[in-house]
Amino acid sequence: MQTVLELKALSKHFPTHKAVDGVSFSVARGEFFSLVGPSGCGKTTTLRLIAGFEEPSSGQLLLDGHSVEGLPAYRRDVSTVFQNYALFPHLTVAQNVAFGLERRGQISNSLIADKVAQALALVHLSGKEARLPNQISGGERQRVALARSLVLEPKILLLDEPLSALDAKLRKEMRLELKNLQRRIGIAFLFVTHDQEEALSLSDRVAIMHRGLLEQVGTPQEVYRSPKTRFVAEFLGDVNWLGAAGVRPEAVRVSRTAPHDSRSTAAVVESQTFLGNCIHLNAKLENGSPCVAEMPQHQCDFSAGERIFLWWHAADEFRVAGEAAA
Amino acid sequence: MKSAFSETATVQTKTQDEKRHVLPVSKATVGLALRTLFLSPAAFIMLSFFFVPLLIVFAYSLLSRGPYGGVMLPWTVESYVRIFDPLYLVILWRSVWIAAVSTAFCLILAFPLALYIARAGSRKTLMLNLVMLPFWTSFLIRTYAWMFLLRDTGLINTVLEALHVIHDPLPLLFNTGAVILGLIYGYLPFMVLPLYATLEKLDPALLDAAADLGASPAVAIWRVVVPISRPGMIAGCLLVFIPCLGAYLTPDLMGGGKTVMIGNLVQNQFTTARDWPFGAAISLLLMAMVLLVMRALGDRGEELL
Repeated sequence: MQTVLELKALSKHFPTHKAVDGVSFSVARGEFFSLVGPSGCGKTTTLRLIAGFEEPSSGQLLLDGHSVEGLPAYRRDVSTVFQNYALFPHLTVAQNVAFGLERRGQISNSLIADKVAQALALVHLSGKEARLPNQISGGERQRVALARSLVLEPKILLLDEPLSALDAKLRKEMRLELKNLQRRIGIAFLFVTHDQEEALSLSDRVAIMHRGLLEQVGTPQEVYRSPKTRFVAEFLGDVNWLGAAGVRPEAVRVSRTAPHDSRSTAAVVESQTFLGNCIHLNAKLENGSPCVAEMPQHQCDFSAGERIFLWWHAADEFRVAGEAAA
Repeated sequence: MKSAFSETATVQTKTQDEKRHVLPVSKATVGLALRTLFLSPAAFIMLSFFFVPLLIVFAYSLLSRGPYGGVMLPWTVESYVRIFDPLYLVILWRSVWIAAVSTAFCLILAFPLALYIARAGSRKTLMLNLVMLPFWTSFLIRTYAWMFLLRDTGLINTVLEALHVIHDPLPLLFNTGAVILGLIYGYLPFMVLPLYATLEKLDPALLDAAADLGASPAVAIWRVVVPISRPGMIAGCLLVFIPCLGAYLTPDLMGGGKTVMIGNLVQNQFTTARDWPFGAAISLLLMAMVLLVMRALGDRGEELL
């Protein structure tokens, strides 16, 4: 696969802290790549470095194999969808979408009009051309921001928490739509989010950042099932730490008799948590550490204080760097 | 038992009804009394010191000139006809263009300054205070200070002569240029402040977005910052143009009586010329012009807001 964007040991040091510290990864053409981490982990700064809003302290940034060092934001062939969309309030929907095309020059007005119409059709906004940004809904503003960037056919589209300003229901709808859109147009997406579920469900590959450092890059399955660090393991989901190994709650099985040929440990049932689609059985191991097993509701007939065995397949456990073997 | 219950219920309803009807009326009465109490001083002042004098000025403008100032009968519109004398039209026209040029210069100077202050972060407050610093001394004193700088034996000419850059003093004072300079100096803060107020609210992400879409900084300012800050520009232009149009002190002192503007003409009619009706007519004309400008700019401003 052809690489469209490559970061080589990219760093951004502010006087008080290192926002981005030696980050390297690459994004392939047509890939949906997510950069995920808690707030302040450096993901937005990384995005701003790629867009050209910030100058890196060191490291290299290659776009289509060429260094973009010293190239100002307005000359970079990337486009950004901002967190609060940053639509121009004085321009209509159509004028917002046309803004970038008009800056290019040498494009006839009729061609601009065609492209704007196409872009608006792509995001299902035909008919809203003449509205101002404050006359449309949050979801529609989001689509305008997408159309405004996509109409320029950038090499890569940078999305800075684009769904975070929407309410929960709309967010899920837009998530699906975003994925379909990306598949259809085939432009690489670099998607920044603090929501691990969003990152896992949308991406071809996910990069997890923590305190300016890149912790791990991989497919959603890889990073979720084989996290390399404790941070990645815990950021992406719940983990039971059983000695040196980590096991996700949904991989933990419960039985009344000691199982054979699999990893197991004796425990005592403490309580149950009803979560709607499943139940979390909270148990305590003999050494006192807690362990959670996720199970379907109908299978859960255990009562508090009952002695049980927790078991799991060896393939479902993972070991992370820095955890001493027990 | 049953009847007693229903009786109580009726009584309750009655009290509720009473409350519903009686209380709002008294509340409204009290409200009206309070409103009258608090509004009447201002209303009285506006009426007796603004509206009535305005009517007097209007009446004077339609009367004849008294021999030693003042006014006398008969009624006439002669003062209004005289305004169309080329002698006075020149003064009107000069006032308009001097005010317009001063306003334009203020806008050009204030815009980058306001933008800079709006994006100055923690130093904003200090810079705004610096903009307002001149107000700490009287406008008259500041105008005299300019005269000391600009006159033939003033600081600028003295220094340039001492350095042998010039042999004869430059004519810096007592001309139209000096009047415009004085007006720009005097009213620049009135342009900076409303511009700052709109630019300060401008989302910096919009500039990022403009750059992201291929707009160079200059294009981003012209296509994004300028249109969005238009309400501030209109407010600033009104705040500068209106006092400039009626300026009296600056043309009198820095123009040395040579650059006569409407304000000076009015003053002259009520003093040396002793033509009160004509002075009153010009005053009203100035007011009409200001209203016209406010309507023209104000309507467009609201449209964009």
